[in-house]
Amino acid sequence: MPVIKKDVEHIAKLARLKITEEEAENYTGQLNQILEYVEKLNELDTENVEPLSHPVENVNVFRDDKLKPSINTEDALKNAPHKDDQHFKVPKVINQD
Amino acid sequence: MSLNYKNHSEKLDLIKKGEISLADNVRYFLKKIEDNKHLNCYNFVFEDAAEKADLIEEKIKNGTVGKLAGMVVAVKDVLAIEGKALTCSSKILGNFESLYTSTSVQKLINEDAIIIGKTNCDEFAMGSSNENSAFGPVLNPHDNKRVPGGSSGGSAAAVAAGLCDVSLGTDTGGSIRQPAAFCGVFGLKPTYGRVSRYGLTAFASSFDSVGPFANDVEDIAKVMNIISGKDENDSTSADIPVPDFLSGINENKKFRIGIAKEFFGEGLDAEIKKVIELKIEELKSAGHKIVEIEFPHNEYTIATYYVLTTAEASSNLARYDGARYGYRSKESGSLINMYNNSRSEAFGDEVKRRIMLGTYVLSAGYYDAYYRKAQKVRRIIKNDFDKAFEKVDIILTPTTPDCAFKLGEKTNDPLSMYLEDIYTTSANLAGIPGISIPVGKNSEGLPIGMQLLANQFEEEKLLQLSKQI
Repeated sequence: MPVIKKDVEHIAKLARLKITEEEAENYTGQLNQILEYVEKLNELDTENVEPLSHPVENVNVFRDDKLKPSINTEDALKNAPHKDDQHFKVPKVINQD
Repeated sequence: MSLNYKNHSEKLDLIKKGEISLADNVRYFLKKIEDNKHLNCYNFVFEDAAEKADLIEEKIKNGTVGKLAGMVVAVKDVLAIEGKALTCSSKILGNFESLYTSTSVQKLINEDAIIIGKTNCDEFAMGSSNENSAFGPVLNPHDNKRVPGGSSGGSAAAVAAGLCDVSLGTDTGGSIRQPAAFCGVFGLKPTYGRVSRYGLTAFASSFDSVGPFANDVEDIAKVMNIISGKDENDSTSADIPVPDFLSGINENKKFRIGIAKEFFGEGLDAEIKKVIELKIEELKSAGHKIVEIEFPHNEYTIATYYVLTTAEASSNLARYDGARYGYRSKESGSLINMYNNSRSEAFGDEVKRRIMLGTYVLSAGYYDAYYRKAQKVRRIIKNDFDKAFEKVDIILTPTTPDCAFKLGEKTNDPLSMYLEDIYTTSANLAGIPGISIPVGKNSEGLPIGMQLLANQFEEEKLLQLSKQI
């Protein structure tokens, strides 16, 4: 088995997901099933193969470094779950108890 | 009133002759959408579409009108339209309103197409059945107990049920072609980079493509003429000339068509196999050259696809943190709780599963074993296609191994759901275009789709051959 429950809890922490005991059990089973299937890839010798990160291998795309209009503060805050006139409001980050 | 045109050109003629009114036509669609609410195709319907119809009808009469005037289009709810909701069928974007319009949709609007609403889909386009939606599942118009396919299930079903003329979907591993097959319509996944991704909510950025669904292949060509091309807002969009897909479509060209046994082996439904083999015989009789080719690594495509796309998804979806937009949990006492609780409460099961898998394959100690390995296999698969396209113009395959399955049939078995994409993911790995064509029905009356694949930027060949089928 590639992963045990403890690994799944660690992955959830990295992914900023809170999972219940039951979900951890479920994910352990499902991830193992998927990862065991993925083991298939090891049948292939890829020693001298270059990784392909993008299907159309473009060279760099440049544009002029010109200032263009962007969204204003009001629009940027439009979808905020919590805000004041100028800012997104989030829970306190420093000096926590 | 029923629709007495088979494609947009005929419709436009009828409008010009005064035989149909565009406003009436839009109201007809609005009513039909309401009457077919049980299909759950639309997340949002734009009631103001009828007012736009009056303006466009006026322009048609004055002769100063865009190329898509009269076309009524539905847009998958992963594409942004300024001032309209954009949810990706996820609770996490429940109240989100777009600040700008995606390039593909803007280009349609610029040519006077009317956008009638936003269609249901799997959450963040992750799924093959449209069952992973915060708006609930979409039902297949051919059999309401069955799924329409996914992730662009709403877009495919809306075209199949006649709830719009044309729709836009997105395809990351088959999400246009598979629902097109399940619903019995045409669906084209363009070459990666052919259509701008600006304003498309990212799932797997090196795979995602925007493309059309229609009941007639000419409408696919027409929409592709408009939405294709370089966009300064998407640096991965291709700076390659766009041919006139429509004018070339009637050229009765003969093609070298490749058939690979890997697409016809174990797991393929017998009825689908029979229908496709019959089509191959017909093509042969019509003068096309059928060539046997090899596609030796097809059995590795799903594994490669799931490692790479979940990795890309896990980083793309990191932006949903409850801070600047979208859902924020009421239990957000500390920053870390805001992140953890907002994401856990608002992402659905499949999205969480993919974020977990993607996080795992990118994590320290596993990156080389999974992610880098899969990138290498991606090149092997791309090389297989390169080799095949030296010998043939087009590769012909079934679109799916089965016809539309029943709602709930595969929801508890993620791997078996993933295997539904066995014939479609390879095109996204290699960035090549593919089209699904309706070619018949099985004994239960369920549509069967046939897939054509061509080399990068050779959509024209797909459309030309589709027209002959």
